[in-house]
Amino acid sequence: MNKELNLKTLIVKKPLKLDCGKTINDFPIAYETYGTLNEEKDNAILVFHALTGDQFVTGLNPITNKDGWWSYAVGPDKAIDTNKYFVICSNVIGGCLGSFGPSHKDPNTQKVFGTNFPVITINDMVNAQNNLLDHFGIEKLFSIVGGSMGGMQVLQFISNFPDKAKTVIPIACTSNHSAQNIAFNELGRQAIAADTNWNGGDYNSKDTIPNKGLAVARMAAHITYLSKKGLQEKFGRKLQEREDLKFGFDADFQIESYLRYQGSVFVDRFDANSYLYITRAMDYFDLAKQFNGNLSDAFKETKAKFFIISFTSDWLYPTQENKDIVIALNSIGADVGFVEIESDKGHDSFLLDVPDFLSALKNFLEKSYTDN
Amino acid sequence: MKNEFKVIADLIEKDKKVLDVGCADGTLMKFLKDNKNINIRGLEISKDKVQKCIAKGLTVIEGNAEKDLMQFPDKSFDYVVLSQTLQAFLNPELVINELLRVGKKAIVTIPNFGYWKIRLHLLTKGTMPITKTLPDEWYNTPNLHMCTIKDFVHFVKSRNFKIFKSIALNNENISSISDTNLGIKNLFADLGIFLIEK
Repeated sequence: MNKELNLKTLIVKKPLKLDCGKTINDFPIAYETYGTLNEEKDNAILVFHALTGDQFVTGLNPITNKDGWWSYAVGPDKAIDTNKYFVICSNVIGGCLGSFGPSHKDPNTQKVFGTNFPVITINDMVNAQNNLLDHFGIEKLFSIVGGSMGGMQVLQFISNFPDKAKTVIPIACTSNHSAQNIAFNELGRQAIAADTNWNGGDYNSKDTIPNKGLAVARMAAHITYLSKKGLQEKFGRKLQEREDLKFGFDADFQIESYLRYQGSVFVDRFDANSYLYITRAMDYFDLAKQFNGNLSDAFKETKAKFFIISFTSDWLYPTQENKDIVIALNSIGADVGFVEIESDKGHDSFLLDVPDFLSALKNFLEKSYTDN
Repeated sequence: MKNEFKVIADLIEKDKKVLDVGCADGTLMKFLKDNKNINIRGLEISKDKVQKCIAKGLTVIEGNAEKDLMQFPDKSFDYVVLSQTLQAFLNPELVINELLRVGKKAIVTIPNFGYWKIRLHLLTKGTMPITKTLPDEWYNTPNLHMCTIKDFVHFVKSRNFKIFKSIALNNENISSISDTNLGIKNLFADLGIFLIEK
């Protein structure tokens, strides 16, 4: 896939010790960039993607032939203005769009890793991505930004590299995965495992894909990204291309058809084992635990300016979990701003056209940039 | 900028760390940041106003002073400012205690319910007073605990807080409040500004 699409890829020579104890080296990180790095190299923004995202933040995604996942926020004259800033985004390790992941071949056995791929963490992901800074010769990023799992990476990155970002923008995220979040992820993983095509993770050798299980995982997860009100307003009890109920188990309702569609397009672009690995990384995320239970200690070395954003209808990463990060920062006198954006679009709000969110993001970045 | 903010700004020395509680659209914050090199933070309950502050490049936390002051450590600011908001809290005493815990000093301004126009309005019309500083009707006012300058001075003294400065404002006029002129100022000022410490 790499060669066909000519993905930009950095081969990391430096060994990386993973949290699980294993060490990886000579591994690829696939990335994409937008805009131009200025001479001072002080206009770079590292964007971290969420669970099913990739490096194609904006413009046309060559895999899906659709707009990049954050096209509302990133691009010329947008909140993250690529006329002004140099945007870097890379596929996380464990992912399936060019970076080192379970669909790669184990160089020792020449077989696809599958579930023999080492379990990775959010910490491993950001440590791997840090290599991109050296690659571009960037000492300090102007900003690090991300929503959902991207926000978790933002928090981990600034904790690991306190001097490497001037501004820090975690969006709709948490400092540790709640029982409810772990539960939903486990539901997705079990759906994949229940698909006989999964074959204990070794489906490449059988030339099959657990697409039914992966689709169900996506359908369940997709519900958690929306709000009850948003779903009700968009779909209600509307029927799908039919006058009346059919007294069967076809998709009578529009919401059923919509979810089935979401599931079916997802399997075309995402690897089931990557889904297992990345959801696991999210579940293992507990930043305070890395600092003996004191979240503030994760940030005590940094002088970065934080801006934390949550959404009213996000019940997956609710405002209170975002505010807990604000509280941890305030208790050490860090420079932190916080706003909760009114939106009925649920957790997905950060990916959508939510004008109050986009203007807050734009204003914060612009003002912080001119304060240089 | 309104006179009240000029007086507040004059009470704060350069290069200090200040929290503006109920910072609204950030007018005072911006002035302090630009003119006095103040390391300024704001706390504001209204989403719209938080957005305005962000557009000015100010660091603001959306929140409610009655709950969210708790997260700040003791004496983490040189000054905490509370402008014309005390009367709108469910528990003003709790808020004052929090201001004086979080800030080394607090600057509190109150719309004076003892102002002669208010007294006259109530005396002659017999209805709840509406003035420039108190523009709302009784049924939609956010103000729950109105007080007079005299009430506030008595309260502060009863809690053994120190008053460093008491200033009376009446339109363009700025004057000091003392023990001897308290009754007069309580009648002729529409706003009181107090610099206090625990």
